[in-house]
Amino acid sequence: MSEDLHAPSGDIYAPFGDIILLSHGAGGQLMAELIDRLFVAGFDNPVLRRREDSGVIEIAGSRLALTTDSFVVTPVVFPGGDIGKLAACGTVNDLAAAGAQPAAMAASFILEEGLEQALLRRVVESLRAAADEAGVAVVTGDTKVVPKGAADTLFITTAGVGLVPPNVEISASAARPGDAVLINGGIGEHGAAIMCAREGIDLQLDIGSDCAPLNRLVGALVEAGCDLHCMRDPTRGGVSAALNEIAEQSGVCIELDEESLPVAPAVQTACELLGLDPLQVANEGKMLVILPQQRAERALAAMRGAPYGAASTVIGRVLDGPAGRVQLRTAIGPTRIIDRPVGEPMPRIC
Amino acid sequence: MKYVDEFRDPRAVAELVEAIRRINAPRARLMEVCGTHTMSIARYGLRELIEKQADLIAGPGCPVCVTAQGDIDWFLEAARLPGVIATTFGDMMRVPGSFSSLERARAQGAGVRVVYSPADAVELARRHPDRQVVFFGVGFETTAPAVAMSVLEARGEGVTNYSVFSAHKLIPPALKALVAAPDLAVDGFICPGHVSVIIGSRPYEFVAREHGVPCVIAGFEPVDVLQSVRMLLAQVAAGRSEVEIEYGRAVTPEGNPRARAIVGEVFEVVDARWRGLGDVPDSGLAFNAAHADMDARRRFDVEPPPAVEPAGCRCGEVLRGVIQPEECGLFGRRCTPREPVGACMVSSEGACAARYRYRRTESAK
Repeated sequence: MSEDLHAPSGDIYAPFGDIILLSHGAGGQLMAELIDRLFVAGFDNPVLRRREDSGVIEIAGSRLALTTDSFVVTPVVFPGGDIGKLAACGTVNDLAAAGAQPAAMAASFILEEGLEQALLRRVVESLRAAADEAGVAVVTGDTKVVPKGAADTLFITTAGVGLVPPNVEISASAARPGDAVLINGGIGEHGAAIMCAREGIDLQLDIGSDCAPLNRLVGALVEAGCDLHCMRDPTRGGVSAALNEIAEQSGVCIELDEESLPVAPAVQTACELLGLDPLQVANEGKMLVILPQQRAERALAAMRGAPYGAASTVIGRVLDGPAGRVQLRTAIGPTRIIDRPVGEPMPRIC
Repeated sequence: MKYVDEFRDPRAVAELVEAIRRINAPRARLMEVCGTHTMSIARYGLRELIEKQADLIAGPGCPVCVTAQGDIDWFLEAARLPGVIATTFGDMMRVPGSFSSLERARAQGAGVRVVYSPADAVELARRHPDRQVVFFGVGFETTAPAVAMSVLEARGEGVTNYSVFSAHKLIPPALKALVAAPDLAVDGFICPGHVSVIIGSRPYEFVAREHGVPCVIAGFEPVDVLQSVRMLLAQVAAGRSEVEIEYGRAVTPEGNPRARAIVGEVFEVVDARWRGLGDVPDSGLAFNAAHADMDARRRFDVEPPPAVEPAGCRCGEVLRGVIQPEECGLFGRRCTPREPVGACMVSSEGACAARYRYRRTESAK
């Protein structure tokens, strides 16, 4: 029996067989494999094959970035935001990661029977406020109500379109040795805020989600003419998952310096207590920016002058190899691998 | 987190490494018996820093890893019973039992919930009086007091639908089994900090006195671990074998008698089966007669099929420190965190997972 169960197999998504686990949605290795083997293979086309946060298509001489995203967060309201703000910011940031400014959004709501209308109104208002901040309108939508238990409170699915400026060529496969890696501030704040807000954990820490629209920050980078190579908003799976994807797709090694990683003391404490690595914890208002070293200073100046960019900093560099590896130069000397998470972050015992 | 920074200070680390290199002792085999040490050593590359002076070996210190296959199978069966909410610490979720894992059982509809503490499990029981909430009591002397508290709390509040499956383990009896084993030569133990906060330093005395193996109770930061290595090597060089405390900011010789009293109120010491060590006398905790009604083993009529150890898996030898993770033929090939064959590859504190995650070489990637 065990022979079969543990037999190596080229096409299984999980040990013990072929069912979907929560870990397949956690932004880690299992999710990447599911997307590659099922969705990219199934819908195969050149745009999808690039595996970017937005698909960029050419229409009538313009380059249009198109993205879609679903939001299923628990709890629906958390310190620093709610599912509505998250939906607007997530959509805007996926477009921004392609260098695009948002032109319009769609938002669909799946509501669980019994949902408080006041809560729904709050979510709609904060979605609207974040969209206003980003300068984008919700121009269409859809509403469904499902029986109690068929959805958890409410789910939101969005789509967004935006225009990619002519001089911008951003891709996860464009990182080159000699590039610098930048981020616009503290790592892991959204994930840490959600974990602390979930029932049952009261760490007495003041952590708010970093949830924010980053289109103006990216706009400033584009305007400054920084020769942007890659951008990623490191959401589920955190900085680790985003950089592992870039390292793999670009065929390069990415090295971070532990001492220059911005991690707020409260996030660090929460992660120490829960046994999690801040590099694997989700962000919703951060952008990883990879560009030639000699443009780093100019980029930092542009980012620091933009909304949500004051704490921008260089965190590492792109090296020749080994291809596909992300590593951390620790403060005390030795270098270690930064692995992409497998599935859900699982707090440890003791 | 000033206190953490201080113990990760690069200058302090460099000075300690230098001091360790100056000690005139033959290269020593030092075993850490705590998963948090294993993780810290891998994260910071401490093995590499001092490899000429000491060979750091991971022992049976990861609570998830030492949990017997049969215990995992039992809990999986219980989780599938109708009306049961099976609660566990997160790092147990992906551990493969003989036939499935808790993560997979949950996807198939079993009532499995990850909790952060046993108190959360009691709260679930309170909120779902029509369900049976059972907690997977895994862990060492560190976790046992909180689990015992949860039992007392549930009893005190009349929460009768709460029970615990106790697979708790005790560290000193495991050390006894290790030093008696013929296939292990250890020159010193890096003893667990958290466990020792509870039990103090005295339970290790027999290791130093009767078996001549030095012990140092260590904290978890790089400076702690290196300082404890330095203290162990100094003992080896001087031909001493004593129990010393490096982690003095948290550990006293007496430990925490109040926490131990709470454990003693609910549990009694019994023989227990460990992955890797087999049956170890007096190394586990089971419910005593006064609280037997909260014992999940009695409450549920569960009889899992005989446990099956995965073929080729050498977790047992890894846990005894007999082999390094890379020496297992499955390491990094058939067994990865993505598709773990053995428990040591699952928990973040497992020797194989720590080695794979932070230190794997190109050949194993």
